[in-house]
Amino acid sequence: MAFGTTSSSHKSKHLAQSAAFFIFRLLSFSVVAILLVILGFILVQGISVISWEFLTEMPREGMTEGGIFPALVGTLCLVAGSMLFAFPIGILSGIYIHEYAKDSWFKRFVKLMTNNLAGVPSIVFGLFGMTLFVNQFGFGDSILAGSLTLGLLALPVVIRTTEESLKAIDDSFRIGSLALGATKWQTVSRVVLPMAFPNIITGLILSIGRVSGETAPILFTVAAYFLPKLPTSIFDQVMALPYHLYVISTSGTNIEASRAMAYGTAFVLILIVLLANLLANWLRRYFGKKVKMN
Amino acid sequence: MNSVETKDVHLYYGDFHALKGITMAMKKNQVTAFIGPSGCGKSTYLRCFNRMNDLIDGVKIEGDILIDGVDIYKTNIQVDDLRKHVGMVFQKPNPFPKSIFENVAYGLRVNGTKDKAFIEERVERSLKQAALWDEVKDKLKKSAFELSGGQQQRLCIARALAIEPSVLLMDEPTSALDPLSTAKTEELIHQLKENYTIVIVTHNMQQAGRVSDYTAFFYLGELVEYAKTKTLFTNPKDQRTQNYITGRFG
Amino acid sequence: MKRYFHNLGEKLIEGLITISGTVTSITVLLIVFFLFKEGLGIFSQSPVAEGSVIAVHQNNPVKELKAAEVKEIFDQNITNWKEVGGPNAPIKLFSIDDITDYYTEEQIGANFEHLPQRLNELVAQEPNMLAFFPEEYLAKDFKGHRIELANVSLGDFLLGRQWYPTIQPAVQLGVLSLILGTLWVSLGAILIALPLGLASAIYLAEIANPKVRNILKPVIELLAGIPSVVYGFFGLVVIVPLIQDVFGLPVGETALAGSIVLGIMALPTIISVSEDAMRTTPRAMKEASLALGANKWQTIYKVIIPYSISGISTAAILGIGRAIGETMAVLMVTGNASVIPHTFLEPVRTIPATIAAELGEAPQGGIHYQALFALGCILFLMTLAINLTVDFVSAKKKENR
Ligand SMILES: Nc1ncnc2c1ncn2[C@@H]1O[C@H](COP(=O)(O)OP(=O)(O)OP(=O)(O)O)[C@@H](O)[C@H]1O
Ligand SMILES: [Mg+2]
Repeated sequence: MAFGTTSSSHKSKHLAQSAAFFIFRLLSFSVVAILLVILGFILVQGISVISWEFLTEMPREGMTEGGIFPALVGTLCLVAGSMLFAFPIGILSGIYIHEYAKDSWFKRFVKLMTNNLAGVPSIVFGLFGMTLFVNQFGFGDSILAGSLTLGLLALPVVIRTTEESLKAIDDSFRIGSLALGATKWQTVSRVVLPMAFPNIITGLILSIGRVSGETAPILFTVAAYFLPKLPTSIFDQVMALPYHLYVISTSGTNIEASRAMAYGTAFVLILIVLLANLLANWLRRYFGKKVKMN
Repeated sequence: MNSVETKDVHLYYGDFHALKGITMAMKKNQVTAFIGPSGCGKSTYLRCFNRMNDLIDGVKIEGDILIDGVDIYKTNIQVDDLRKHVGMVFQKPNPFPKSIFENVAYGLRVNGTKDKAFIEERVERSLKQAALWDEVKDKLKKSAFELSGGQQQRLCIARALAIEPSVLLMDEPTSALDPLSTAKTEELIHQLKENYTIVIVTHNMQQAGRVSDYTAFFYLGELVEYAKTKTLFTNPKDQRTQNYITGRFG
Repeated sequence: MKRYFHNLGEKLIEGLITISGTVTSITVLLIVFFLFKEGLGIFSQSPVAEGSVIAVHQNNPVKELKAAEVKEIFDQNITNWKEVGGPNAPIKLFSIDDITDYYTEEQIGANFEHLPQRLNELVAQEPNMLAFFPEEYLAKDFKGHRIELANVSLGDFLLGRQWYPTIQPAVQLGVLSLILGTLWVSLGAILIALPLGLASAIYLAEIANPKVRNILKPVIELLAGIPSVVYGFFGLVVIVPLIQDVFGLPVGETALAGSIVLGIMALPTIISVSEDAMRTTPRAMKEASLALGANKWQTIYKVIIPYSISGISTAAILGIGRAIGETMAVLMVTGNASVIPHTFLEPVRTIPATIAAELGEAPQGGIHYQALFALGCILFLMTLAINLTVDFVSAKKKENR
């Protein structure tokens, strides 16, 4: 019998496989363990700091006591501002690339530039935002300048999300609509976009999580070291959570005394990302079910 | 002597009952053809013989399948040893992104052969058996993707032959080929019969008639009729077989 | 009529969409424009520290010095004029604090009102003196010779090892140590992240059963979303002290700490990109391998990895790109010493960290400010090169199909 009995070559082959798989499993689990350690460490250290006061009070005593209220509000303003800018332009841009652009050198150029913009380091966005928005346009260090800078940073992500979502929709739907005499925009707005909507919205929520934690782009465009009041206009400076964390963990007046505040701030930052991820996953499932029912 | 033998084989893809109690035996050094309308389970059945269905999640198999008398779903069977013993050629030629030589040598290497001279000799022999040697002997180092579709399929046959299986499974091996390559492949099957037990799935009834000794007709997951090819085509017993071979459905 | 408005609306929308489509391209072009406009300014500015005067006796044949030479002189590594093209005579250093060695307080004046005149005399008397003092004390009829500093050249900038952008009297703008620091930390990061990332990708794509996969994937996705300051903070409070203890170092802020933090941060990119690449391996190819008696592991390393190698390289390159551009985390854990690193256990300073740390203090339009933009240009070019490589690799992959 040529098989059924185990040959020696078979044994060594099997041993190699078992060894390799063991190593891979070990390494993958250690990757996940690393993550869980980071998350767990910050969540455990941070949870005891979190309280209603922590979230709603001004920082006091050289940022060693009190809360993070102005930074929280600042970050919310920046996220809202940047999304107000990045969502419409990014989605339209994605529609342009996938639905409107003819296959020409221009489309290739636009795609190349979008890819390159996605790879530009965030500190370079900071430099750029400072020269263009803060100095050239004269917005000064302000929510407006910071939001626009963050918006530009988020733009490639929004575009890519939109493009991928549009790509997933079969051409037959477009052809079907056009064949009924609908114009291009009618087809896009009434057939294609509604179908792509669930995926687009999921991607957008994830990008919100990303933007809320960016520090380098706001360093020189909006972020204030210590500013215990709320902004009254888009030309005001604000504190922001990620910059606040950086400040109190590296250059505050009393780093040791600020530690608890730092854990609390890191906790809130992680929480925002976590919530964005959960919401995105939930939406994905929610829409997934709805599509199946139809 | 029976090379492949199955007893009351049922297969489920999740809830879907794809094979419904198939019992049949395929004789050694004979060519057996599977025919039947699309989706009737020919490929599924064929893929049971080298346990290719193991790779699909949610598959459940019942019944016994014996290859050369060994129950291949017994727990102590090593799947890779089985697959060395039961070669397979797929519908679409699927060479690896490697050189022609390395494609044929692949099966030997993964089964632990290190002897260079032996590998070279075996590669040459397999390519000759697959009637490809003359066309590729000067470009063995070239990528297999540079070959034509028909040549690629014969390369895949050579690749399967190199490890000297005793059973060769072919799932519509010529459906992606032009008539000339098809003819060459059929001739090849004819020659290989001397040393191998061959099971071939085909949609081409003439082809089944030309190459096979026995033919099995499947319909909706059942084996409807199994007989000598000549008998089945000239004197089918079942009405469904008759309808199929006279082109009334399928 | 209705039709006409209809068409007009359609045209307007199309116009709007097209304009939106060009925003990213315009942004990239503007980034290039502004970065280089500011950054190239350093090549046309004198590296004399803002508001300083460097002067010699009017008969001294040395009329021009390089910034690096000035620093060497003030560090007393160069002590003779002949080393910088002058006569064979010792250099007599003078900086404003030394003034009391030469004159009494009365001579200078209570409010330094006579200081310019005194400085003027001093330089005129001492043929071998190299004097350095603030510009406000420069007399109107100054008799000495003001030394011009040669402008920074591209070579000095890229290959200079000294980065002292605010040092008196001549700023030192050599970025080699920063470039090497960036590459060094990124290299370390990729050495950590690549094996871990590839192993995880292989595990997720080919080995893990769907249940495990469905748990691990979102966890790794989450890893990608955590802000870099949080990683930096974790590095600061956990990894840095750990390194300090384990290796018995005076400070734990080292290149190694940076590499570890960056490595962790690069993991999600590497895992998801290379896993996607491996998943594109056609099923037929895997089945062919298994049907020839190869086991799963042989199929992975003989078929799947070679097949998806371009995707895997893309993953590695993108990982390096992320590491090179990362700012906050590195700023927080690497110690930021601008020296050329020799081991992973020394502090280093990267380009992004330098920009982030110094831009706030650099006066706008000054040479330091422009030097930081020039660093931005270097960073931009590095990541551009990486992006283009990725584009090239994936274009080539498509061609091969
Ligand atoms: N992986 C799978 N999961 C679920 N169902 C499957 C799977 N593969 C095949 N089936 C179903 O099993 C049935 C038999 O499929 P099979 O591929 O064996 O048919 P076939 O006779 O080879 O058809 P064809 O002539 O088109 O190749 C079909 O109804 C098919 O839909
Ligand atoms: Mg089939």
